[in-house]
Amino acid sequence: MAADAGAPAFVDFHDVWLAYNDELLAAKQFAVEAIDLKVREGEFIAIVGPSGCGKSTFMKLATGLKRPSRGTVIIGGQQVTGPLKITGMAFQAPSLLPWRTTVANVMLPLEIVEPYRSSFKQKKAEYEAKARALLQSVGLGGYEDKFPWQLSGGMQQRASICRALIHEPKMLLLDEPFGALDAFTREELWCALRDLQAAQKFNVILVTHDLRESVFLADTVYVMSKSPGRFVVKRHIDLPRPRDLEITYTPQFTDIVHELRGHIGAMRKAGAEVAQ
Amino acid sequence: MSVQAKRLEAWSPWILLLAVLLVWQGLCSAFSVSEFIFPSPLRIAQQLAEFKGEIAKHAWRTFWVTMAGFGIAIVVGVLLGFLIGSSRLAYAAVYPLMTGFNALPKAAFVPILVVWFGIGVGPAVLTAFLISFFPITVNIATGLATLEPELEDVLRVLGARRWDVLVKVGLPRSMPYFFGSLKVAITLAFVGTTVSEMTASNEGIGYLLVSAGSSMQMGLAFAGLVAVGAMAMGMYEAFSVLEKRMTGWAHRGSQGH
Repeated sequence: MAADAGAPAFVDFHDVWLAYNDELLAAKQFAVEAIDLKVREGEFIAIVGPSGCGKSTFMKLATGLKRPSRGTVIIGGQQVTGPLKITGMAFQAPSLLPWRTTVANVMLPLEIVEPYRSSFKQKKAEYEAKARALLQSVGLGGYEDKFPWQLSGGMQQRASICRALIHEPKMLLLDEPFGALDAFTREELWCALRDLQAAQKFNVILVTHDLRESVFLADTVYVMSKSPGRFVVKRHIDLPRPRDLEITYTPQFTDIVHELRGHIGAMRKAGAEVAQ
Repeated sequence: MSVQAKRLEAWSPWILLLAVLLVWQGLCSAFSVSEFIFPSPLRIAQQLAEFKGEIAKHAWRTFWVTMAGFGIAIVVGVLLGFLIGSSRLAYAAVYPLMTGFNALPKAAFVPILVVWFGIGVGPAVLTAFLISFFPITVNIATGLATLEPELEDVLRVLGARRWDVLVKVGLPRSMPYFFGSLKVAITLAFVGTTVSEMTASNEGIGYLLVSAGSSMQMGLAFAGLVAVGAMAMGMYEAFSVLEKRMTGWAHRGSQGH
């Protein structure tokens, strides 16, 4: 697509390989291999694949929690050498702290990350107002002072995403964030995430195994193969934005989902043959 | 649960206590057991009333000595638990030695402590401390060591230092374990004090038990036991109220009944 050719990529993985430790490296057992990826600023990408294919490993590489064994990861024009503060993360488990109210949970990153950390005491009121506004924008108005265990699973997950976004990261990493929710709640949260991203234009890397979710939300979907983890398919989703939930019932949408399903099906079959 | 069932649950320990006392009294009266061998509850109550001044004096001594030892146990237990829980190396180095130490009978330390500190307060405070710091240490360390890896990732990405994670997440997380351990530790501390007073003191419930026993005043000896039991139970209840107050978020499941 035309967008790829223009500005330099915001996220740039160049031939990245990762083995978790030295023994695995010596045995050439890589968790992910030959990852090449270019993401432009503000792009929403989704990574889909069977479980255990290295999606979570990819997350660790993109946040700087793991360094590649080979190759380079460049984000925002700089090579990643350590934990990357311009990212926010959320996982399948909301992992909110039960002794803090919802708004205090959302403010936790501000107590840790600079430049908020050093001014936290003076500007506490301002930051709290910001956290409350963010919670209200995802429909949690009125629940800010409740404890996480007083909220439903979907509400907890919204709060967890707010916590990932409070320090205005340039990149949001989501590891199967809606995996534990029921279908209706999940669709509600898709829309919440869609609106947040449309408003704030941050990059998103969404790891999921739900194909409909990836097609509905992402600009580009990457399909990852299983052990070793590699990107085998890159698919642009050219559905117009803003996308309404109705779009998921159109033939155009279903065709893309079907096509991706075909890639994964073929991969699983091939994997089974290799295993025999 | 109905209101009646709730009320029954609240009163159940008292009803059981009353039942045990009635059976005890019944058996003592029916078989006319000698008060010198096994005093009846009535006899123990009489002795409690008769020697109330004496018992109160010894009980007070046992109480403050226990609280002093327990106070030291909290300080040492928390610091040691923090050290062990926050560093893998310290955990690996200290834990086996501490388990070994904990297996030693603390009563065996009393004669040694007497040599060092003489008869009196010193050995009793230290025995109470030695017997009660271990559960506190273990519980703080456990609370700190069991952190969800995902939450740690969330914070590490933000540039959190180990100290940040410990203070913001680890310590609050270990509070329910800590308050839970206080309940266990306080009862152990009373055991430590009493055992030490039995051989190395001229005051306290332990001393009262030994001197009453040696003069065949079984009623008084049992009254002493009642006093120390009541104190331990009272403190247990006090810490359990404190626990519920401080860490209500950890007991949300039990609020329903």
